[in-house]
Amino acid sequence: MLEALKAVQSQLVTLWTVIQHTFSRADTVEYPEQKPYTPPRYRARIVLTRDPDGEERCVACNLCAAACPVDCIALQKAEDDDGRWYAEWFRINFSRCIVCGLCEEACPTYAIQLTPDFEYCEYNRQNMVYEKEDLLISGPGKYHDYNFYRLAGKSVHGKDKGEAYREERPIDVKSLMP
Amino acid sequence: MNDTWLDILIGNGLVIAILLVVLLSLAAVLIWLERRLLGIWQDRLGPNRVGPLGIGQVLADMIKIFTKEDWIPPFADRAVFILAPTIVVITMLLAFAVVPFAPGIGISDLNIGLLFFLAMSSLAAYSVMLAGYSSNNKYALIGGLRAAAQTVSYEVFMGLALMGVVILAGSFNMREIVQAQAANGWYIVPQFFGFVVFLIAGIAESHRLPFDLPEAEHEIVAGFHTEYSGMKFGLFFIGEYLGVILISAIITTLFFGGWLGPWLPPLVWFCLKTLVFICFFVLLRAAIPRPRYDQLMSFGWKVMLPLALVNLMVTGAVVLVQEG
Amino acid sequence: MTKIIVDDKAYEVPAGNNLLHACLSLGLDLPYFCWHPCLGSVGACRQCAVKQYQDENDSRGRIVMACMTPASEGARISVADPQARDFRAGIIELLMTNHPHDCPVCEEGGECHLQDMTEMSGHTFRRYEQTKRTHRNQYLGPFINHEMNRCIACYRCVRYYQDYAGGSDLQMLGAHHHVYFGRHCDGTLENPFSGNLVEVCPTGVFTDKTFSQDYTRKWDLQCAPSICQHCAVGCNTSPGERYGRLKRIVNRYHNDVNGYFLCDRGRFGYGFVNGDQRLHQVMRRQGGSEETTGQAAQVATAAAGHRALAELLARSDSAVIGSPRTSLENNFALLTAARQHFCGGFSAAEQQIMQTAVTNYRQPDIGIPSPADIETADAILILGEDILNTAPVLALRVRQAVRNRARDLAAAAGIPAWQDAAVQELAQQSRNPLIQLTVDNTDLDAIAAINRQLAPADIARLGFAIAHGINSEAPAPNDLTAAETELADRVCALLNHANRPLVITGTALLSTAVLEAAANIAKSLSRKLDAPCPLHQCLAECNSLGAAMLAADSATLEQTLEGVEDGAIKRLLVLENDLYRRCDSRRLDAALDRLDELIVIDHQWTATAAKADWVLPAATFAESEGTLVNSEARAQRFFAVFPGVADVRAGWQWLTAANPGAWAAIDAVTADRASAETVAVEQVATEKATVGKVAVGKVAVGKVAAGNVTIDAVTKACAASQPLLAQIVAAAPPAEARSQGRQVPRMPHRYSGRTAIRAHINVSEPKQTPDPMSALGFTMEGDPTHLPPALRPSTWAPGWNSNQSIHKFQQEVNGELAGGPSGVRLLDEPAAAAAATWFTEIPPAFRAAGDKLQPVPLYHIFGSEELSQRAEPIQARRPRDYIALHPDDAARLQVCSSDGISFSAAGLEFCLGVRITAALPAGVIGLPMGIGGLTPAALATPLTVTKAFDWQPPPSPGDRAVIASDLAANGGAAP
Repeated sequence: MLEALKAVQSQLVTLWTVIQHTFSRADTVEYPEQKPYTPPRYRARIVLTRDPDGEERCVACNLCAAACPVDCIALQKAEDDDGRWYAEWFRINFSRCIVCGLCEEACPTYAIQLTPDFEYCEYNRQNMVYEKEDLLISGPGKYHDYNFYRLAGKSVHGKDKGEAYREERPIDVKSLMP
Repeated sequence: MNDTWLDILIGNGLVIAILLVVLLSLAAVLIWLERRLLGIWQDRLGPNRVGPLGIGQVLADMIKIFTKEDWIPPFADRAVFILAPTIVVITMLLAFAVVPFAPGIGISDLNIGLLFFLAMSSLAAYSVMLAGYSSNNKYALIGGLRAAAQTVSYEVFMGLALMGVVILAGSFNMREIVQAQAANGWYIVPQFFGFVVFLIAGIAESHRLPFDLPEAEHEIVAGFHTEYSGMKFGLFFIGEYLGVILISAIITTLFFGGWLGPWLPPLVWFCLKTLVFICFFVLLRAAIPRPRYDQLMSFGWKVMLPLALVNLMVTGAVVLVQEG
Repeated sequence: MTKIIVDDKAYEVPAGNNLLHACLSLGLDLPYFCWHPCLGSVGACRQCAVKQYQDENDSRGRIVMACMTPASEGARISVADPQARDFRAGIIELLMTNHPHDCPVCEEGGECHLQDMTEMSGHTFRRYEQTKRTHRNQYLGPFINHEMNRCIACYRCVRYYQDYAGGSDLQMLGAHHHVYFGRHCDGTLENPFSGNLVEVCPTGVFTDKTFSQDYTRKWDLQCAPSICQHCAVGCNTSPGERYGRLKRIVNRYHNDVNGYFLCDRGRFGYGFVNGDQRLHQVMRRQGGSEETTGQAAQVATAAAGHRALAELLARSDSAVIGSPRTSLENNFALLTAARQHFCGGFSAAEQQIMQTAVTNYRQPDIGIPSPADIETADAILILGEDILNTAPVLALRVRQAVRNRARDLAAAAGIPAWQDAAVQELAQQSRNPLIQLTVDNTDLDAIAAINRQLAPADIARLGFAIAHGINSEAPAPNDLTAAETELADRVCALLNHANRPLVITGTALLSTAVLEAAANIAKSLSRKLDAPCPLHQCLAECNSLGAAMLAADSATLEQTLEGVEDGAIKRLLVLENDLYRRCDSRRLDAALDRLDELIVIDHQWTATAAKADWVLPAATFAESEGTLVNSEARAQRFFAVFPGVADVRAGWQWLTAANPGAWAAIDAVTADRASAETVAVEQVATEKATVGKVAVGKVAVGKVAAGNVTIDAVTKACAASQPLLAQIVAAAPPAEARSQGRQVPRMPHRYSGRTAIRAHINVSEPKQTPDPMSALGFTMEGDPTHLPPALRPSTWAPGWNSNQSIHKFQQEVNGELAGGPSGVRLLDEPAAAAAATWFTEIPPAFRAAGDKLQPVPLYHIFGSEELSQRAEPIQARRPRDYIALHPDDAARLQVCSSDGISFSAAGLEFCLGVRITAALPAGVIGLPMGIGGLTPAALATPLTVTKAFDWQPPPSPGDRAVIASDLAANGGAAP
């Protein structure tokens, strides 16, 4: 009996608590009149960044495309004369993008990054298809120092074999020295 | 009392017309009201963009719902699928025929008005059941089955709860019940437990939260109306709000003295009291979580039914004793 | 069978193998590097460590290398043992210490055995913080990229390249952790099977250069089961497509045909599908212009093309010409369109030799060895065919047959065959005898017991002599020279000594006598063996045998041209056949000019297409489905990899749409005659269902428009029309076959970018192209693993992203694929009426005809074949234009190797450089097919040759300048 009364009381207290909220302020932020604060690591519009030397970071490895749950990234690899890989074209269909950030997590070169700019709606969906020239920015984004080719074993212009991070000079096979 | 239904229809033509317009638009406005109230109680704003205070949202929603694609799934039972949503609206509207809004305002002064209300509200269960069955969708079917079981269970003591009022008033006629309250005081006092049982049963009958298990979206998508869209979905929607208004109006009539009250005109009193209960329904939705289905059923049969029976017996005993 | 216990669970495995072989055959995951199913075990990488226990009471056990431990009766091992697991994790961590941070820019990424094994061993974090050793790369030619930093020194590349493929220019250089796998200096890898390094290398040291230039990850490639189009062996391939371009071809394991390996022509010769000679639109010749070229042709609509085709087919003065390089279905559709004036596309010489080949295969005392059977022979006689250049994968098989002497020796010495190092050590240079009688040197000379270069007629005579030597009932050629008799005796001795002799010959020399001689040898051997003797006949094109079986009684090209010349034929339809390769140009020019109309259906711009009034674009193998019959008479089906664009339609689609009336009738006929076969098809499919889980359902996925003929209907009608072809319907499951209720997905389940690929054209992506005529769909939804071999688009299994995953699809490692062999052998039943008779027409000995030189064809793996010669990387490897002369003839003509000679052949004037070779018999002139514009048509008559004084040597394709630019791209100079 006591339990039943307690149960009834609990329900009534609930109702009373909710009624009290009649007099509390709404937490709603009245966007767009009132702009919300977006932290620097907020996940929205995707960009392609450049490394500290000003070269494109994207090496067209296709991992972002593979990670994308809505399959909205497509690209084609191309290669410079010096062996540097880059994207011949790079397309993101933002009308499909769910800004989940998996592409950024998958990217081994910090090339693809999500930015706080979330206001990229369009009346015409076709305008939400971004090509490489729309995506590529001139800065390094959130990671200022990272340069993938300084760590990779492949030689590119300006970084010969053995010049990458923690690499020995190339081996002379014809030498018998240990 | 010898009027045929045709006489009633012709005699009350104007009232019926006004009532239809008012009820249907009220049901639409309720959508806005509910969203605003929920907003207030959940510390947010609710619809506030269309028109002053967002009242234009009603119109926008209507435009939306009327212009949506009216899709009938190819796997559904077509005839029943179309029929189902109309039943709920028709039965709910018919039930309003016996509601005494104010002296002289009302459609039918039926001597078995209360029974008519009970009958109509039970018929509404067919709507949900048929919708669930005809959708040919597992979620819809589960929703329909839940609705059937829930309605049948709560129907029992919903009627029993009202019998106390009937014993006190000595009549099934709604108008006479109100008049009896004018003489004896509002029945909320002698019939408090009857009121509680009826209120809870009423919530279950109209499938409102916390008893909206037939459409529990966390478990079964949208229950019986999973496959519905466009205006057919709109009919279910309006039916639900008509149910809310109806139950509120009936509570007002049976337990809170209907149109009775000082200073203000009777109709205003009636409307005010009804509005309070409508808001109470919204408050319940804002505050109380949905129980499990087995909890709902055991609550109905193990708590509400005994309570209703005890209430009935005590009332009957008291009346017998008083009458000597 | 042997019982072994793995992790306390008992298994039955075939006896005589090692534990790694056994574990992989059982479907257990055990990482490995240095082991390869075809190369045996050397125990170098230590990656496949497991723990072995003496008995059930032994709780300590000891770590052994699974690949070096025999799966002996009752062997008790643990793969999951923590100590073994730690050991494997440690090994991979050590192997990875020098591996560069390269995966994003590595072509192997996503199908890398090293990645898979690293994942499998659980090495996820790099603890080694010291420096990595680095290497300079080498330029290895147009096929292969080299990135030596990635090497983990498993030695598989050199073991494959030197031991298996017989190459000598890829070596292990240097010592200890400085070992280097490369050439002694920059330069092209010469072995024609170098492309397999891409699949043999467990990491990204050797990658496909042609693929890298238009790169796509494996998970993004839309694949379909396909058959190589570049010779008659019929290797199973898995081509991959993305963005409407064929990107690469990899091997698709078929136990009986190609095993694990392809030749470089098959792997890198796909460029013609994307090439600039490719036809995509209907074109009609501009009115009035005499000389038509690509520019003078005008683009027309497909509907107009259909009308023109229908008009041509409706007339009685039209003739049609089929092709041995297109599918049976296309040829049959053509045959149905104009039964009266059908020509199979063979010249008279080809027709004669092909019919001889078919007759030979139907002899009761001649067996047809599959390429895999060749490996089991212990003596091989190759008569007249340069198989490395005409049927390359057979040469690889022959090489193994010769090496397999070592296995016999090892078996006698009690050494298991998989103990690779021990077996090689034991065998030293012991080989099974290989006897080659050819017109010129071949690449197999080095391993052959007897080589002799002779003129075709002499090869045939010697063949007859050998047949007579083995069985004296066989007719003998008269007046053989003493040297020839002695040679014949030596060959007879070797063949008589063998338990499993095998004869290989071919049509490349266009000499029927050679084929007949080979048949006689096989017949006489079969008398000795008392069993049919295997005889493999190499054929010219991918469907030579199919076309020959279909066109057994039809006209030859010469007969058709006669019809044109005498005015009986006024219109001509040519299907995927360049007549200028087979006929005298001058005669053909005149004949084609006489025509009222010439329609060509082809996917390439050819000399014939240039003469056409209408050119209708055909689908290549990559865009259509069809059946090919290979040189062992195995009918195999290839499937479209991607839908054709623009007006591209398969030949049979053009033809069936042009005369639907004929097809309505055929359909009715077929329904009656093929009803029995329908049952057969369903039975086949049901049988597969038990293994491959494919069931024939009545599910109609897409709609085949009413009245449209399906490919399956054409196949069925084709099968019903020819008793020899009756089995072709069973080459692959029919279009209704479903796996788990769905079509087989051509795309991997990881296929990316579906909502972005076409977004620049229209943001609303279209639905996937339906493919109602096939058991495969252009989709990523469905079951990619449990499939009958004929339908498996690519090789992938969970955790095994590289082609190494093939063991998940084999019944046993190196064994047959689960679901049984794909394709059906058509000629295993000998002809009922065939009597075991001898061929008796022995040609006279070859005599140089005065001043004239007898042309003989020389073949080059890169450049001789019609389609692959259009691919850029193949062109880079084709030899410089030349003709070959014997020194005596050169002396008579007063030319030396830096001179040119001119001659006229097949109506064309040639002026080519001279290569002088003593190997070539005197009195013949070696014409390299496909090089310098030389075609089989030039072989018809003896040639009058004169010295060309104004000849200048053309620049060589392998110029230093080219190498230098490639070098720059590969990061530096040679070590």
